[in-house]
Amino acid sequence: MSVVKLAGVHKEFAQGDVVALEDIDLEVQPGEFVSLIGPSGCGKSTLLRIVGDLIQPTGGSVVVNGKRAHQARVDRDYGIVFQDAVLFDWRTVEKNIALPLELTGWSRRRRAERVRELMELVELTGFERHHPWQLSGGMQQRVSIARALSFSPALLLMDEPFGALDEMTRERMNLELLRIWEQTGSTVIFVTHSIAEAVFLSDRVVVMSPRPGRITGIVGVDLPRPRASETRELPRYAELIRDVRRTLRRGGGLEEEGEDEEPLIVAEEGL
Amino acid sequence: MTLALRRTSEWGPALAVFALGIAAWEGLTRGIGVEEFLLPPLSAILDTLQDNWDLIWSAGFFTLKEALGGFVLGATAAILIGLALARWRTVGRAFMPYAIAANAIPIIAFAPITNNWFGITSQASKMVIAAVLVFFPVLVNTLRGLTSVRPQQIELMRSYASGELEIFRRVRIPTALPYIFSGLKVGTVLAMIGAIVGDYFGGSQNSLGILIKRSAGIFDFKLAWAAILVASILGIAFYAAVATAERLTMRWNPSDRAN
Repeated sequence: MSVVKLAGVHKEFAQGDVVALEDIDLEVQPGEFVSLIGPSGCGKSTLLRIVGDLIQPTGGSVVVNGKRAHQARVDRDYGIVFQDAVLFDWRTVEKNIALPLELTGWSRRRRAERVRELMELVELTGFERHHPWQLSGGMQQRVSIARALSFSPALLLMDEPFGALDEMTRERMNLELLRIWEQTGSTVIFVTHSIAEAVFLSDRVVVMSPRPGRITGIVGVDLPRPRASETRELPRYAELIRDVRRTLRRGGGLEEEGEDEEPLIVAEEGL
Repeated sequence: MTLALRRTSEWGPALAVFALGIAAWEGLTRGIGVEEFLLPPLSAILDTLQDNWDLIWSAGFFTLKEALGGFVLGATAAILIGLALARWRTVGRAFMPYAIAANAIPIIAFAPITNNWFGITSQASKMVIAAVLVFFPVLVNTLRGLTSVRPQQIELMRSYASGELEIFRRVRIPTALPYIFSGLKVGTVLAMIGAIVGDYFGGSQNSLGILIKRSAGIFDFKLAWAAILVASILGIAFYAAVATAERLTMRWNPSDRAN
């Protein structure tokens, strides 16, 4: 059973018939790491929010964990991470992580135990009593990831989580995220505008085009796992980046003029 | 540097200015012989305060009580109404223009009217004036605080299937606290002004406003100045009390920690 199943998803914004998304079909399998990539305005963040039931689609069906998206949200089947860490300044690191558990009524003792596990998982042990503003951007985002994973959701939704970080921190966070993903076995939908990041992290890269937002193609990433910094030096890595770039260009997502039209290598649409 | 030392270096310049100001006051009034009815030397004011200690302080606390009563009344009403207006935006849109218009009315001008409502010597009439003055800045700040929550914070809470009430309790109110406190701090000053000016329009013989007005009326300016000094001390203490409450409530406040 797929974790996410989108069929004919359509989104129009009320003011001035703007079609944000058109005919989106996508299935995400358990344990899969899927990236959504596209230029701004292609609706990738909107699509992520539709999966999370934070935005209602105008049409189509959204099934998360075998349930309607709304039910999945109520059952807390997913955790979400935004570009901004969205931590609460008045809470310490441990209390920020425990917030969702507090809301679900976990006992103090269970919460403390779970927070300790999560702090270890994101390698922040020792920072429990710090306040968010005392942490660097990368550390804040780790707190945010720990919080999203607190109740071990089947699905992790990430909206450009490392977009505000510098290049070096970002590469380190990519490795961290892969390690966490492999350890927890959760399914990830990852929105990004970095082609390299999408290829490095994902099993599949869903390439989207703007106005109206639709899926141009899906690039399967057959790089070996576990991936490490050396993965970026593989010839296959460069090829896949080229594939994603071509797919983007085909959708009008890249401004540059298309040179000679080579056949597109778009592997395994669907799965 | 230790905390104590750093505190000293923070306060040092301000203390120096204070000492210089006092010295200049004393030196100028005595040195070039400023007439006492224009500005008495500080030492003369302090002597007068000492001679009339009970009279002035009892008037001071009488008026402080008026200010406190008005402050509690106005601030409570403003916070409650602010919460309601933030919760039901349509209500907010319906009422805000009138709140803003009401704020433009010179409330002090109503003092004779509230005296008429509650009795001229009653403290309640001054409390009402103080309350009305406190109300608006607290309301505006409360509302701004409650609505300055970032949209992603709301999205995050909704992803946990939180309802409006929970979002209020967990996000909006903590976010609003610094704003509410800055409204309250402005409110302390306004409450004192409201109470004292309220006294001017007729009040108990034992009030600060009447004491200042009466002593100035009989050219006892030293007594008037001594009363003003007590009014300032009480006003500053009132402000400091709210500022301390703020610090205790928001130990997490980053602006406090920046060092």
